[in-house]
Amino acid sequence: MDTEKTLYTVTVYSENQVGLLNQVTIVFTRRQVNIESLTVSRSAIPGVHKFTITAYADEDTIRKVVNQIEKRVDVLKAWYYTDDEIIFQEVALYKVPTDSLLDTSTIEEMVRRFNARILEVNRTYTVIEMSGHQDEIQALYENLEPTGILQFVRSGRIAITKSTVERLSDFLAEMERRKICISR
Amino acid sequence: MEELITGAEAMARALKAEAVDTVFGYPGGYIMAVFDALFAYKEEVTTILTRHEQGAVHAAQGYARASGKVGVVLVTSGPGASNIVTGAADAMLDSTPLVIIAGQSGVDKLGSDSFQETDLIGITQPVTKWNYQIRTAAEIPWAIARAFYIAREGRPGPVVLDCSKDAQAEKVDFHYEKCTFIRSYQPYPSINETKIAQAAEWINSAERPLAIVGQGVQLGHAQEELLQFIEKSGIPVATTLMGRSVLPASHPLNMGMVGMHGNVAPNRKTNECDLLIAVGMRFADRVTGDEKSYARQARIIHLDIDPSELNKNIHADLAIAGNVKYSLPAITALLEPSSHTQWVESFRPLQQLEEEHVISKDLHPQGDAMTMQEVVRLLSELSGKNVVCVSDVGQNEMATARYFQASPSRLYVASGGLGTMGFCLPAAIGAALGSPKAEIYSVCGDGGFQMTEQELGTIMQYNLPVKILLLNNNYLGMVRQLQEIFLEGRYASTRMQNPDFVMLTSAYGIPARRVDRREELQAAMKEWIAAEGPSLLEVQVEEKGLVFPMIPSGHPISDMILEK
Ligand SMILES: Cc1ncc(C[n+]2csc(CCOP(=O)(O)OP(=O)(O)O)c2C)c(N)n1
Ligand SMILES: [Mg+2]
Repeated sequence: MDTEKTLYTVTVYSENQVGLLNQVTIVFTRRQVNIESLTVSRSAIPGVHKFTITAYADEDTIRKVVNQIEKRVDVLKAWYYTDDEIIFQEVALYKVPTDSLLDTSTIEEMVRRFNARILEVNRTYTVIEMSGHQDEIQALYENLEPTGILQFVRSGRIAITKSTVERLSDFLAEMERRKICISR
Repeated sequence: MEELITGAEAMARALKAEAVDTVFGYPGGYIMAVFDALFAYKEEVTTILTRHEQGAVHAAQGYARASGKVGVVLVTSGPGASNIVTGAADAMLDSTPLVIIAGQSGVDKLGSDSFQETDLIGITQPVTKWNYQIRTAAEIPWAIARAFYIAREGRPGPVVLDCSKDAQAEKVDFHYEKCTFIRSYQPYPSINETKIAQAAEWINSAERPLAIVGQGVQLGHAQEELLQFIEKSGIPVATTLMGRSVLPASHPLNMGMVGMHGNVAPNRKTNECDLLIAVGMRFADRVTGDEKSYARQARIIHLDIDPSELNKNIHADLAIAGNVKYSLPAITALLEPSSHTQWVESFRPLQQLEEEHVISKDLHPQGDAMTMQEVVRLLSELSGKNVVCVSDVGQNEMATARYFQASPSRLYVASGGLGTMGFCLPAAIGAALGSPKAEIYSVCGDGGFQMTEQELGTIMQYNLPVKILLLNNNYLGMVRQLQEIFLEGRYASTRMQNPDFVMLTSAYGIPARRVDRREELQAAMKEWIAAEGPSLLEVQVEEKGLVFPMIPSGHPISDMILEK
């Protein structure tokens, strides 16, 4: 079973209503799909929130999940994507002891190779930041591990479609047109 | 001119603006203000005090299903609010339009576990079409307008409003505007013309087409459109449990009911047809049995207003989203008149088989004990043209679904998706108020009756003409049937010692009579039907009666058991 599962990225646009996060996650829970990562924030359109959710599922299940999410009254639109249809990124922060970092000779090479940044250095610890795909973030983690990582945190995924059509704007325009028809 | 009124008053005026004439409810501390405001409008808005909040919701469901209007419920916070959950879940699965308004503690107390505070929004999220917490009076007109729009439009469903007492007390400048549009909600998906043409083409070329119709036809007021569709195409039709009333039982193309306890012919033919046209139904598991073997040989066309139902349980070769009121006639217009005489004739031997093995035994039993089926058939024959017949859940429900001859003017109402025991009595109360000219029958089992029997008090108080038919087998019959067939007759917790139902009902001042001999049945039932006002007829039926045919849960629909 597990082998048939693909990592899907679900994007949901909703009105800014209280309790929506719960409404969206409930659909995953009911269908026994575990959420791998979840990011919620304001979108570029005022009043519209965007959810980016990743989950392993087969396509039939994820399609049903997306349909059932979209059915919620306050949800504007929901879509699902495979990795090749989107450009996506995660951010990670690594807190390492400054001492041990100074002991290794590879720090510069690592920062360059992973395109990482150093955000904070003091006598006790150093905070390194990097953004990338999950495997890249994992690779830097493994590279830093010998230095003794004090804390590590990664964000959920954020994603943008590769498509040249802006489906949400099209949808909103269509709904505006309907509104005008109704008020006539 | 600015006129400041309280939020509670605004609530009452908003309900009036939505043309609400009946509210089912139960008061308490945090909703008293709204009851008080409604009191002033009691000539226009009748408030029905039920005996339990669950009863209020089922009554509102019965009202909505009999009248086609939105059912309204008003309850207090805490336990009052949590008591509405079963009814909301029932209405959600059966697409019943409800607006349920509950009181809530003060805004500054929210989240602090204050007295009679429950997180109603959290609790009802999965069982409502929409829910919303009102914290200020200014939100009231907006929230009520939106609630009615959402409950009613598209695929109907229950809406819960959780209204803080502060919002009820605050002053607001009242302006009411009905909701006609929500940017994030498309109640009526546009119908795809290409797919309509494709559907017509498939239907025109089909040799063995079968239509299965559900409650969507009733909710979309498309009974006439359905009739035109089948009469032009000559396609045999079966209904789901929820769709029993959309087509007269006597229509020559009506082949009966599909599903677990449905008729033999349409169930078997589902797995023989070359084209299955599903109209306003959702392929519930009680209809499909094992999905993997369901209608494998057929092309499937699925028409439904809710896009999330399409390709959900059964894959459709052609899925057409939209209101069947419009998609169906669009297809009919493109059909060549046809009759499928031979195909229709091929249903006859199966009907004959069912007649011999099931129906004749149900209706003309050998023994002295009466069957539920014969009692229900008698009710069907003796009742009039304008009827709402509500059943409860269990064997009594299946007997009623199968033997009460429904039609658009003889509505059959049941709790389909949730199968809620206790639904029947309060739902019949609502039906009596929603359809005041109809004869109202409430067909209950002895188990389900006792789940909401306190609503006899409501019937008494408002003198509602509800005729209760209590089919007493002294068992939780449907579960007992499963125990008999699958668990070697180990009747764990299904035998019931019952009260004297006649005395119980009489205590409420409602006339009641018990019949245990067939010779008395007809006269007693005639008298009971003719009586004015409420009345109960208890019929002692066979204790170990069985409902056939039966498809064991999860089995292919071809696995029908006809007899023991
Ligand atoms: C609230 C609720 N609890 C339990 C059940 C499970 N159940 C389904 S049918 C049934 C038996 C119903 O007994 P009764 O009301 O006497 O009707 P009968 O089947 O005997 O006609 C039970 C317990 C249910 N459907 N609803
Ligand atoms: Mg019983």
